[in-house]
Amino acid sequence: MAAQTHTRQHPAFYAILVMLIFMAVGPIVLMLINSFKLDVDIISGTGGLLFLPTIQNYETALCDVLPYELDHLDFCALKFGGAFVNSLIIALVSTLLTLIIGCMAAYALVRFRFMGRDVASVSTLMLRMVPPAVLLVPVFGLWNNEFCLDRDGLLGGAIRDTFGGRGDVCLAGTHSGIILIYVAMNLPFVIWILQSFIVQVPRQLEEAARMDGAGPFQVFFLVVLPLIKPGLAAAAIFTFRIAWNEYLLASALSDRDTKTVPILIVNNMSEFNVEWGVIMATGMLLAIPPIVFTLFASRQIITGMTAGAVKG
Amino acid sequence: MKSTLNRLTPYVFFMPAAVIMIIALFYPLLYMIWGSFRRWSPSQQIGETEFVGLRNYISLWNDPNFAESMGVTLKFAVSVVTIEMLLGVGLALLLDRNIRGMSVLRTLFILPMMIAPVVVGLMWRYIYHPTIGTFNRFLDTIGVERVDWLGQNALMSVIIADIWQWTPFIFILSLAALQSLPQSALEASRIDGATGWQQIWHIKIPLMMPVLIVTCLLRLIDAFKVLEVILVMTEGGPGLSTEILALRISRTATEFRELGVAAAMSNYLLILLMLLTAAMFTYTKLQEARANRLRMAVEADD
Repeated sequence: MAAQTHTRQHPAFYAILVMLIFMAVGPIVLMLINSFKLDVDIISGTGGLLFLPTIQNYETALCDVLPYELDHLDFCALKFGGAFVNSLIIALVSTLLTLIIGCMAAYALVRFRFMGRDVASVSTLMLRMVPPAVLLVPVFGLWNNEFCLDRDGLLGGAIRDTFGGRGDVCLAGTHSGIILIYVAMNLPFVIWILQSFIVQVPRQLEEAARMDGAGPFQVFFLVVLPLIKPGLAAAAIFTFRIAWNEYLLASALSDRDTKTVPILIVNNMSEFNVEWGVIMATGMLLAIPPIVFTLFASRQIITGMTAGAVKG
Repeated sequence: MKSTLNRLTPYVFFMPAAVIMIIALFYPLLYMIWGSFRRWSPSQQIGETEFVGLRNYISLWNDPNFAESMGVTLKFAVSVVTIEMLLGVGLALLLDRNIRGMSVLRTLFILPMMIAPVVVGLMWRYIYHPTIGTFNRFLDTIGVERVDWLGQNALMSVIIADIWQWTPFIFILSLAALQSLPQSALEASRIDGATGWQQIWHIKIPLMMPVLIVTCLLRLIDAFKVLEVILVMTEGGPGLSTEILALRISRTATEFRELGVAAAMSNYLLILLMLLTAAMFTYTKLQEARANRLRMAVEADD
């Protein structure tokens, strides 16, 4: 983008701009402020900004990973640290897998004519629309009952011997089970978005590389991939966002040890007496990674959004 | 040898994606359709369940709660999309000029979309809280009577929260569309003496139309997917007033433990979404065909 000259506008436009920014960020700032307040301060509500900031809420939320004992807490009920690690593993691994598998598939759809290409392309587009709620029932059933290894079998027996537990070894309750459904859910979207970036790679470059004796995989990984980096960045952010934020399927598939952060927040919300300060702190911790992405990569996000929508 | 390898290349590239999508999307969808014809509780293997034919579908069709939930879903989706389109496109038209601070606005505008729906629901549940919430405190300060946000007006409150979260999406897409309009057309109309409003109605909006329609359909499809925000804010209540279909599916499966009925419900939702997708698909195909015809006509003229 070239250096822009800003023409002077009517002050009213700046007023609108400021108001819009206030409206967009207001609720988030409100949550940030409240996460530093004690519940007493939140409920009494005297003076919006006049309070003693405290990190006690964050300490309560992270009590299972803090190296020191907390005075105000005799029992660590909220296992936020563990859930955070689960969320991180699931989101990062599924994003990585989705990107690798997705960009290969997008490349095949754009650059090759092969049997079944049209079917593959149309069904990918249709699968993009399947909402998580629709997948809930079948995924719950399959992951619990069918995608299992027999406990008496070779591999299943080995897993049972190492990790203990009863019954057959099933996908439900494992990190891999959640990762599998996230990869599948995000693939259609990633393929769709990357197609529009791969189309723009000049064919001559690939042909030149092939002339120099590069095989199809070398062409793809050494020539095409570096050129679609912006597209990959956009796709990565969107995939990570869904895997990081998703609640419904994770809640159906996870057990005590594989809970992700959204599940933790919802479980704590539905209690009768909501501890606002602590819950705002957990919410803030969950929101931080996406906020950081947005502030540093807004250009890529906007490119990705427009590429996804404009190229129907 | 070399040529068979080359012929296999596209399959090798597409295979991993195909395998995963078949195992974790296609097969589950078929499994769901199969399950929707059975009486199925979560503790049963699907093989042990009883085949009941279309009974799940028929009883849903006659179930007033399901009808209510469907009504809420449609009301939610239609009002959210309409208001967001009007606001988003309006703001884009208004702010499509060189203003300092525009890029800041765009960056901050994406934030609501990127944050977890669970967190969005949490924020708004606090804002709407009857006694300590921001809105009612503000009403107290200016001396207006409190509003029962998540009680009597729950659906409206949920709609407002969604508008906050998703209007920026439409704003950013329409702004991108506006800024890629051919400058020559705008220039020509200005020379012909068109006023600002005439430019908007006769040039900008018609030229933006393809993007706007796709955006609108994308948003509509997404509006049927909303679940977490509402779950955290109201849990579908009070009564059934905010129980959208996605929420009802998850409650039927987990609370009422009737997987067969939930599967049938999912199928109704899926059919609805497939129709919308098909509409979008046909629309883009038609658009491409029209563009091709125009190009052919131009080339024939040369």
